[in-house]
Amino acid sequence: MSIDIETAAKVAKLARIKVEAEDLPALAGEFNAILGFIEQLNELDVDDIEPMTSVTPQRLKQRDDVVTDGNQQTAVLANAPEAREGFFAVPKVME
Amino acid sequence: MSELSKLTITEARDALRKGDVTSVELTQSCLNAIDAADALGAFVHKTPEIAMERAAAADAQIKSGDAPDMCGIPVGIKDLFCTQGAPSQAASKILEGFLPEYESTVSGKLKDAGAVMLGKLNMDEFAMGSSNETSVYGNAINPWRGAGSDTALTPGGSSGGSASAVAADLCLAATGTDTGGSIRQPAAFTGTVGLKPTYGRCSRWGIVAFASSLDQAGPMTKTVRDAAIMGAAMMGHDAKDSTSMDIPVPDFEAMLTGDIRGKVIGIPKEYRMEGMPAEIEKLWSDGAAMLKDAGAELRDISLPHTKYALPAYYVIAPAEASSNLARYDGVRFGYRAALSQGDGITEMYEKTRAEGFGDEVKRRVMVGTYVLSAGFYDAYYNRARRVRALIKRDFDEVFAAGIDAILTPATPSAAFELGKEVADPVEMYLNDVFTVTVNLAGLPGIAVPTGLDANGLPLGLQLIGRPWEEGELLNAAYALENAAGFVAKPNKWW
Repeated sequence: MSIDIETAAKVAKLARIKVEAEDLPALAGEFNAILGFIEQLNELDVDDIEPMTSVTPQRLKQRDDVVTDGNQQTAVLANAPEAREGFFAVPKVME
Repeated sequence: MSELSKLTITEARDALRKGDVTSVELTQSCLNAIDAADALGAFVHKTPEIAMERAAAADAQIKSGDAPDMCGIPVGIKDLFCTQGAPSQAASKILEGFLPEYESTVSGKLKDAGAVMLGKLNMDEFAMGSSNETSVYGNAINPWRGAGSDTALTPGGSSGGSASAVAADLCLAATGTDTGGSIRQPAAFTGTVGLKPTYGRCSRWGIVAFASSLDQAGPMTKTVRDAAIMGAAMMGHDAKDSTSMDIPVPDFEAMLTGDIRGKVIGIPKEYRMEGMPAEIEKLWSDGAAMLKDAGAELRDISLPHTKYALPAYYVIAPAEASSNLARYDGVRFGYRAALSQGDGITEMYEKTRAEGFGDEVKRRVMVGTYVLSAGFYDAYYNRARRVRALIKRDFDEVFAAGIDAILTPATPSAAFELGKEVADPVEMYLNDVFTVTVNLAGLPGIAVPTGLDANGLPLGLQLIGRPWEEGELLNAAYALENAAGFVAKPNKWW
């Protein structure tokens, strides 16, 4: 599978990373080199193999469904680039 | 007292107990060594105030007679660990200015045991790299140089700062993390010991996530005994990481008998790569002979899916990274790009991530996004997870057949020149060819220095153990360390 410039632009958009138009051909080239390396996986017949979900055969632990933490507004907002009146502040989301 | 930073954890612990030295003296020696070693680029955030405060507290605790092994031991912490009130930015611009309000479980356990944090250590950005060249702080440099050469070499990556600092005696030991080889490869490049525990041994809570199903923290030390001591202090169940295993952590140090008589060591034929340098080949067969002399039985084994490990890794790790790194959006922490008139939230995300992430991180996030996107999920991501199951099955089968540990080279070469492999990402990925299988199978692995190459650079071997049997693994590594008698140190040029 070869990645063209249009696909590279789409992937950048999906990843929410701005890539300038003039940089797209190089990016597509890098994708193709890496995907070419990955292509080897197609040599294997894996139809009867279940995809691995967990490397250790343990059930994830569960705990009681109760509040264990909270009331940490100051700590939560302490690292925000912009916080106002107890909220994270962002540019306008809707027109 | 300038020599105190050269001590091992074991020597320092015993000297502290006897009252021959104080933690304040040890810590001051390390801080002096750190200040004189800026040329190595190892420590990127120094925390001398925290260090001296903890050292004084440790001295008081030792005096009271009830102190854990790590009490008073000065260590460096990889920048990937969130440390309360100390910068923790995963060597990325996007976490510039981030001051965690909390402490990672592993660094917290070390702190509670009385260990002294000297500062934060350089690394590849978000632990993505094998040469420490993707760091926003600039390169970490290997204290080792080739004979008669002043060419700057990589300390490996991603835990390059940790490896450089331990090898140069700036600290007694350091924390590392290992997703595809990031503890073991730098350890091998710097003549130090690096242990990646079984997946689930160390809590991942508070460690900046790269690939959650592969990431594991571990100790980087000067000796195997030190790895046993520090490793035990880092491990243990944590309710805050649902994948951390709720089983006891044994006294690894007590298991270091050096007696490996009757143990079966597997030599996997697939690790004999085409074009492998003769020096690595010899290092490997010498190591096998040492284990045999110590009474172990050598057995040729096959791990048939080895060659598919790297390609599977380069689907799974970027996929998980693209998901984990989605949180860096300029809203909750770290960097936010300056916006232009009329920019909305999408422009904020896209500019913040374009400016905040370095090239290799962007490349992996986008590869991950692609392999997870509609129409390609089955062909790439699910296929890679199936191949991962086969790689784990290879190991399960040899362990079931009676193999106790597996001996392989740790790296395909000695430390290489900085700047040499940057141009080709796939070439760089091959550094992890011997280590990445271990992460995919969730196994414990350790790198032990066993020799020097023709240029006088350190080379290491890797031992791979059964899951949860770090004690047995460390004992085999201890036997190898004793037999190899590696004592070389880099000549100080910095």
